[in-house]
Amino acid sequence: MSARILHIASNTFREAVRDRVLYNLIAFAVLMSGAAILVGQISINIERLVVINLGLTAISLFGIVIAIFIGIGLVSKEIDKRTLYTVLSRPVRRWEFIAGKFFGLAGTLVVNTICMAAGVFAALLYIWPHHLQGSDTGILVALYFIVLQFLLITALALLFSSFSSPLMSAIFAFALFVIGTFAEDLRGFAEMTHGAQHWLATAAAYIVPNISALNVIAQVAHEQPIAGRLIVFNTAYALTYSVMALLGAILIFERRNLK
Amino acid sequence: MPAIEIEKLEKSYSVGFLRKTLKRALQPLSLVVEEGEIFGFLGPNGAGKTTTLKMLMGLVFPTAGTARILGKSIDDPEVKAQIGFLPEQPYFYDYLTARELLNYYGQLSGIPGKERPRKIESMLERVGLRDAANVQLRKFSKGMLQRVGIAQAILHDPKIVFLDEPMSGLDPMGRREVRDVMEELKRAGKTVFFSTHILSDAEALCDRVAILHLGELRGVGAVADLTSTVQGNVEIVWKGTTIFPAIKALNAVCYTTGDTVRAVLPEANQDAAIDAIRRERSRLVSVTPVRASLEDYFVEKVKRIEAGLGAKA
Repeated sequence: MSARILHIASNTFREAVRDRVLYNLIAFAVLMSGAAILVGQISINIERLVVINLGLTAISLFGIVIAIFIGIGLVSKEIDKRTLYTVLSRPVRRWEFIAGKFFGLAGTLVVNTICMAAGVFAALLYIWPHHLQGSDTGILVALYFIVLQFLLITALALLFSSFSSPLMSAIFAFALFVIGTFAEDLRGFAEMTHGAQHWLATAAAYIVPNISALNVIAQVAHEQPIAGRLIVFNTAYALTYSVMALLGAILIFERRNLK
Repeated sequence: MPAIEIEKLEKSYSVGFLRKTLKRALQPLSLVVEEGEIFGFLGPNGAGKTTTLKMLMGLVFPTAGTARILGKSIDDPEVKAQIGFLPEQPYFYDYLTARELLNYYGQLSGIPGKERPRKIESMLERVGLRDAANVQLRKFSKGMLQRVGIAQAILHDPKIVFLDEPMSGLDPMGRREVRDVMEELKRAGKTVFFSTHILSDAEALCDRVAILHLGELRGVGAVADLTSTVQGNVEIVWKGTTIFPAIKALNAVCYTTGDTVRAVLPEANQDAAIDAIRRERSRLVSVTPVRASLEDYFVEKVKRIEAGLGAKA
């Protein structure tokens, strides 16, 4: 990675920290503490399931909200505030700027996820003080998939941010996330249709990001194993999709007049 | 080798939603700026100055034409290491302190890590921000932001500095400081290309100026050469309290102060006015040419253009 990308990424991370994005950790900490105390009192033998479900879902939702709402401003805010002018008048290529912004926000989300994951494990230890069990490694896989979701959504938000207003970018990115959550259902629907409808539904099913394939929270909560093949496939899928979205963002941004 | 060579550079934007039409922001512009000069790019708001600067910085792509900086195409990333840029009404990352901002731009400009702290400290001192180095920019006044802007533009010791309206909105002290920095840069052999609509600043600083109006280049040259093309006036002072009708008839503006009369009239009428004073047997005190200012030149040019446009309409 070029040093310039690293500097832009680190500045993006610093912006997120100084703009108090990581304050969401406080809300998460309150949620997890409350959940851990509460489930210990009201549930019988399903404490672990509730804490994992609640914790991982919250990590995913908090992160998606950050990815969308920060991601949509990564380029457009810099154009509106004209901070981009002095950056691009340096020996910085436009693609380096996009890449730096992407890695900066991705880094923020990874740090956020690590802190939240520590909260989930702390809650698990609270309700089950003896030890963590072997099947809890599944939680790490679920967390890894959640990070892959963040990469996808960040890349999409950046893509939209490179050509449209923050409001429209937020709508597009959120809509794709919601549709992507039902991507498997969309594929099932495509298989049931015929003719032009089949082709259209299939195309739509493959264009939207398959967020549902990256959601293994329920399986992990029920201590079902995650196949190694799925990890490899999801990694390849999420990285390819993110790279394609980033390339789209770069292609658009390389041609854009900064009026 | 010229510092900047602009050849038939032009820019049009498409406007409208359904029925798109082309709006020309800059007519084909050709210009050469030599190394080591302070070059003023003048014109009223909307003349095309910022569009030109943005094209030179690679922020906006030209519709046609080419530009070279230090002999290299403006698309060449190497060129960017040799230039500094201060945009109009700059806005910087306000969550950073002045020191952090300069460090960031220093990193992007490729200043080695070992040299950076020394350069930053000396630059903060130079622009008078040493005491505010650790204050976040969101707490800075407009003048302080302008100083940070200048500091980031010259931190990496560029050969050419582009400043877009650097004095705009500054108080007299702030303007003076910017002028001092520009003069220092010239003494250090740098080329300064700055846009302004404040003509007195350009007149005081520039070796040469270009005048842009409605996206078109209207004149380029040394200030003295341009102003010499404007019809000059002359000020004639004589003893007395009477304004002679013969002088008034020579298109003169007259004032009486104590026991002297002062008349300002076109240079061409000077001899006739002196003859008239002699005929009236008054004592001539002085005859002084009134030098045309850049503003006179500019106003005359704009008036001519507007008269031309009016005639066409």
